[in-house]
Amino acid sequence: MQLSDSRPRPQILRKPGVLGQYMQLEYVFRAIVTAVALGVFALVIAIIYELAHEAWPAISKFGIGFLWSTEWNPPKERFGALPFIAGTLVTSMLALLFGTVIGVGAALFLVEFAPRWLRVPVSYMVELLAAIPSVVYGLWGVFVLGPWIQKTAGPFIIDYFGWLPFVHGPALGVGIFAAVMILTIMILPTIVAISRDVIAAVPRSQREGILALGATRWEMIRIAVLPYARSGVLGAAILGLARAIGETLAVALVIGNSTKVPDSIFSPAYTMASVIANQFREVENTMHEAALIYIGLLLLLITLLVNAVARLLVWRVTKGQITTVIE
Amino acid sequence: MTAMTGADHAFRTRRRRRRKAADAFASGAIIAAGVGVIVPLFVILLFLFVKGLPALHLSLFTENPGPTGVAGGGIKNAIAGSILLLVLALAIGLPAAIATGVYLAEYGRGRLGFVIRFLVDVLAGVPSITIGIFVYTAVVLQMGKYTAFAGGIALALIMLPIVARVTEEMLLLVPQMTREASYALGVPKWRTIITIIVPAASSGIMTGIVLASARVAGEAAPLLFTALGNNFFSTGVFRPIDAMPLRIFTYATGPFAYQHDQAWAASFILVMMVLVLSVFARLLLQRRSR
Repeated sequence: MQLSDSRPRPQILRKPGVLGQYMQLEYVFRAIVTAVALGVFALVIAIIYELAHEAWPAISKFGIGFLWSTEWNPPKERFGALPFIAGTLVTSMLALLFGTVIGVGAALFLVEFAPRWLRVPVSYMVELLAAIPSVVYGLWGVFVLGPWIQKTAGPFIIDYFGWLPFVHGPALGVGIFAAVMILTIMILPTIVAISRDVIAAVPRSQREGILALGATRWEMIRIAVLPYARSGVLGAAILGLARAIGETLAVALVIGNSTKVPDSIFSPAYTMASVIANQFREVENTMHEAALIYIGLLLLLITLLVNAVARLLVWRVTKGQITTVIE
Repeated sequence: MTAMTGADHAFRTRRRRRRKAADAFASGAIIAAGVGVIVPLFVILLFLFVKGLPALHLSLFTENPGPTGVAGGGIKNAIAGSILLLVLALAIGLPAAIATGVYLAEYGRGRLGFVIRFLVDVLAGVPSITIGIFVYTAVVLQMGKYTAFAGGIALALIMLPIVARVTEEMLLLVPQMTREASYALGVPKWRTIITIIVPAASSGIMTGIVLASARVAGEAAPLLFTALGNNFFSTGVFRPIDAMPLRIFTYATGPFAYQHDQAWAASFILVMMVLVLSVFARLLLQRRSR
């Protein structure tokens, strides 16, 4: 039975008694939590608007050419973001490459190789890696990793791999290589945790089927497990990439602070986030500040795009997992 | 079935040997990755102990930084500042985060809920330095000064998406029957949420809050242009304030040996604090799942 407005309502709902008050409060409560949630919507818009607004002097002066201009000259008020975009791309892509190879390997170890008593503590230790603050990684990078690269790893790599393009000295300690190592460590927890869950969700029957055909363990992983987990692992890698792109202080401490486009894996450089961290407090003029905020806006747009892609991939896979579990 | 020729047999043996070799090689690489992935944690902890522990003096907790270049002094102001910033972030961020989580879990089943859930995840991916610039333009420029308040807002914005999503997930774990039992007694939905569902999920929500606190306690990037840092002791909400991660960043780039020692000691304290919080959060969660 439906109650339309014209019909007399039951007495209890019309009477301004206890229940009536409760019903009104329901709307009030719902309105409050909805308003707060809509605040998140407003917040994301406000962040984009504020950055665009404050960056406007630089946007209107340099336009889209800002993206590929290499000149960064605060006293002359000439700014281009290519060195920083290049630095961000190179460091985060290399970290993604190493992080994905090691991270997916570790996830396979946890799911397919490790005995149960080892699985939980190792997973937990990888999670603790994510809990260490960025600035502590930076400190470690400056005083431990940097000298090691300068004295040991750098000369070794230059001696044996110096014939490769983009590999030449001097290895100063700080630079692209140090940043890549730190970023690789920092994105490992993200990649390991998500890939582990995705790989563990591959149905047992998938593995047993191919083992019954006589496959070795590696063949099982290559043919039955990895293709099944592919898009989830891809999502994990992209989330790691987003973390690497936005990482600030650890990189700011070890990247070496150079506004030139890097030409070697040992070059000092700057990433988009680290140039903001190091220069924003000591801007030389308003155009310098606007240019840094312009970089901040570009950084925001890139991470939004990368995150959106990763979330959609991971969401799709986790939905898929639930149905396979039910089956 | 024909008998296997000699050549055929040799081919199969070679093939089997190659498959075995590939298997051994891949297994070795995977085990190496599994072991290698925990090496960085131990290396970093090792150096924190080796370099941080000897530099740990009581004066770190009882003294403020001296004049730059003069050895001695402590980081009392940074410890107090970190605590105040965390309290501010919790006071500003928690109500909004929990309300958003309640909306997503209880009212956010439709298209609007999907959009907001997506935006909360997007917000979680915004780099912390970008949050710092946003708060600088939206709060610091408006107020005309760097303040602990602005730093608290920046940290609250980082905390918001983490706590909101944990709250949502924990509320959804509360069995539907619990809600129905409450409705059957005539309790309206809003009261069911406040008095039944949120308390039932409280230990899970607490876990999220503790993890988010551990995360923002180590953040320096959003504080660079908001709380700014301060060489003096301050508990003023509307004045610049110091924080442990900021102090570490400043000292790591400083020229003096005593600064480096104190940076290691401060890192040691910070990491121990964060690890204790993480372990505590995990224990909370385990108690709940039992």
